[in-house]
Amino acid sequence: MNPIPTVPPVDLPPAPDGPGPPTRRSRQHRRRRRRVGRFTPRDIAVIGLLLGVPLLLDLALIWGPALASIGLSFTSWNGISEIKPVGLDNYVNIVSNYPPFWPAVRHNLIWLAFLGLVATPFGLFLAVLLDREMRFTRFYQTAFYLPVVLSLAVVGFIAQLIFSRDYGAANAILGRTDNPVDWLGDPSINLWSVLLLVGWRHVGYVMLLYLAGLKAVDPSLKEAAAIDGAGEVQTFFRVVFPTLRPVNVIVLVITVIEGLRAFDIVYAINRGRNGLELLSVLVTDNIVGEASRIGYGSAIAVILLLISTGFIAVYLVQVFRRDEA
Amino acid sequence: MADPQPDQNSPAAIAQSRQRAQSRQRALSRRRLLGGTAYTAGALALPVGLTACEKPSTGGESGGTVTFGSNYSDEVPKKAIAEVMAASGLDVRVNTVDHNTFQENITRYLQATPDDIFSWFSGFRMQYFAAQGLATDISDVWQSIGGDFSPAMKKASTGSDGKQYFVPFYYYPWAVFYRKSVFQEKGYQIPKTWDDFKALAAKMRTDGLIPIAMADKDGWPAMGTFDYINMRANGYDFHVSLMAGKESWEDSRVKQVFSLWRELLPYNQPGANGRTWQEAAQSLGQKQTGMYLLGMFVGQQFQGEAAADLDFFPFPQIAEAHGQDAVEAPIDGFMISSKVKNLDGAKELLRYLASAKAQNAYLGSDPNNVATSNSADASGYNALQKKAVELVSGAKQISQFLDRDTRPDFASTVMIPSLQSFLSSPKDVNGLCKRIESQKKTIFAS
Repeated sequence: MNPIPTVPPVDLPPAPDGPGPPTRRSRQHRRRRRRVGRFTPRDIAVIGLLLGVPLLLDLALIWGPALASIGLSFTSWNGISEIKPVGLDNYVNIVSNYPPFWPAVRHNLIWLAFLGLVATPFGLFLAVLLDREMRFTRFYQTAFYLPVVLSLAVVGFIAQLIFSRDYGAANAILGRTDNPVDWLGDPSINLWSVLLLVGWRHVGYVMLLYLAGLKAVDPSLKEAAAIDGAGEVQTFFRVVFPTLRPVNVIVLVITVIEGLRAFDIVYAINRGRNGLELLSVLVTDNIVGEASRIGYGSAIAVILLLISTGFIAVYLVQVFRRDEA
Repeated sequence: MADPQPDQNSPAAIAQSRQRAQSRQRALSRRRLLGGTAYTAGALALPVGLTACEKPSTGGESGGTVTFGSNYSDEVPKKAIAEVMAASGLDVRVNTVDHNTFQENITRYLQATPDDIFSWFSGFRMQYFAAQGLATDISDVWQSIGGDFSPAMKKASTGSDGKQYFVPFYYYPWAVFYRKSVFQEKGYQIPKTWDDFKALAAKMRTDGLIPIAMADKDGWPAMGTFDYINMRANGYDFHVSLMAGKESWEDSRVKQVFSLWRELLPYNQPGANGRTWQEAAQSLGQKQTGMYLLGMFVGQQFQGEAAADLDFFPFPQIAEAHGQDAVEAPIDGFMISSKVKNLDGAKELLRYLASAKAQNAYLGSDPNNVATSNSADASGYNALQKKAVELVSGAKQISQFLDRDTRPDFASTVMIPSLQSFLSSPKDVNGLCKRIESQKKTIFAS
């Protein structure tokens, strides 16, 4: 399109120092002051209050329920009668005697892989394109970002308007009225119909985050790279992309969260059954509904927790390792 | 289940809040804003959790307020039940909760601070909560109202301990619905037997109709087909003991149900798992499909001329020994919670709800059901309602519905996925039955 790198307008304010980690000097400075200083009772009261209240809330609202779930996962309980400990029975049953379980795990992983390997890179791609100040940039930005304001439950309802076998827009546009495709009912394709819509929403979100990041990249870096003889692609991957690290971290976290917490869209479409099973749906099916298999559902929740913890651990290890380097 | 949208983290919002922090005055306004937000959030969150729990303190003495936990949340039934309660002569406070939410939270609702009476379903679903001690025995109410009800109705209101816990209000039979004009035009005859039924379906297909409308996106409609084939082929008693977990799902009789069902599948509307019952009903209304097995509420999708054109026939006979004896007719009604505050008032209200007067008043506003009381006035019934009364009164046995006749955990976590997988890949019946049986064993053992 435009082979010459565009020069940003002169009145652009210099890129602010992002909310990145504090510099080493300021950290040392703070540490020294803390070691020397003494706390007045007032300080202690304030710190106690400011730390204690969030800590209590954290314990009561996050760790309490999490530990309770783990405890309940070794029991059988219908929510009314006594809680019976059953050891590992629930887990054994889930992996060996619950047909929707393995499909749910597989769907969660496909979901994650699709968001991570397709939707997120595509969002980055759009951001790079839009960052080049092409014509109608603002229009495109708005168009791509618009789906983000819709909740996934709403997207689920839209999905039914588009993908309904008999009355949907997709089959009408494709001219498949004689032998319509059952987009949402055929378990071999409905996951992909849903992922298309999830991606539609995710791309806009990722695009906006990267766009904000790209705007903050110091243009002199690109100029310097160009002077050193780097091509467009090299400049992007060797110079620009590494400076986007804070944004990359945020996007990665968002992608993993979106992949694991996926629930509302499939629940809106068909309550997460018949090809759209997800772990979160199985937890809800067993605990929230009339079924009230609380111990069993908790065990599925613990499995989801373990998977999430795996991703969080990998992520934290990465972050700390890079910080130390 | 609404996830907070992550939009508040957008750069625009961050920049805005930074700006606010710069000015002291604005910081104050932000604080006020946050306080206001928290207050609003609290105010919004409270009614959701508590509407079902709030109780008037005056409920102690007889004649005071009676609270009623209602799942009549759709517009037509909600208005109808409000009129019925207003005419009761008692001070009734109705707490309406969304139908599905009510059902999903029933366990917690009944253990926390339930209303005096609550709407519920007959069958195992009623017996289950009665057995858990969450409902009040109303055998004495039945001594005064019993004369108005058939023995089948009384049986459907009785818990596993032989006492009554339930007052039936209305019911809606399941049958095969069709449009009279289509049958007249093409000269179709009402099929009496399974072979007639299949022959009729084959004829419809050559006439360019999709013979049997089918929808199972919501998971429960296909249960009706399973129930009917099972009761016609194996009888009502087998249905009951199968639902109670006493029979093996690997029994040849169960496999026979699936293989009979498989004979119908070529005539079914394809893609059932992606279709809602409303869409299937519309296809019947538009004369694209010829027949549809569903409850009487299918009538909600028909208006005016089409409604008058709607008719039904009972599910055809399969085994001669069982004829067309059983009818699937789920009953909705009321129960008293175990934590009732105003017991006398609640019982009085139940006696009123069992009366012909209350049931007539309700059906006047919501005519897609039939009254349970024998003395209810049937003169105002439309042709379908009259036929439904005939169907049910001629029935030797009345079943509820798969998900009302068995444990809720078994119905929702095992049967729904199993029937959906049967509809999308009907070949492996042995494997399917084996998977159902092994899950059934663990669930019924718990």
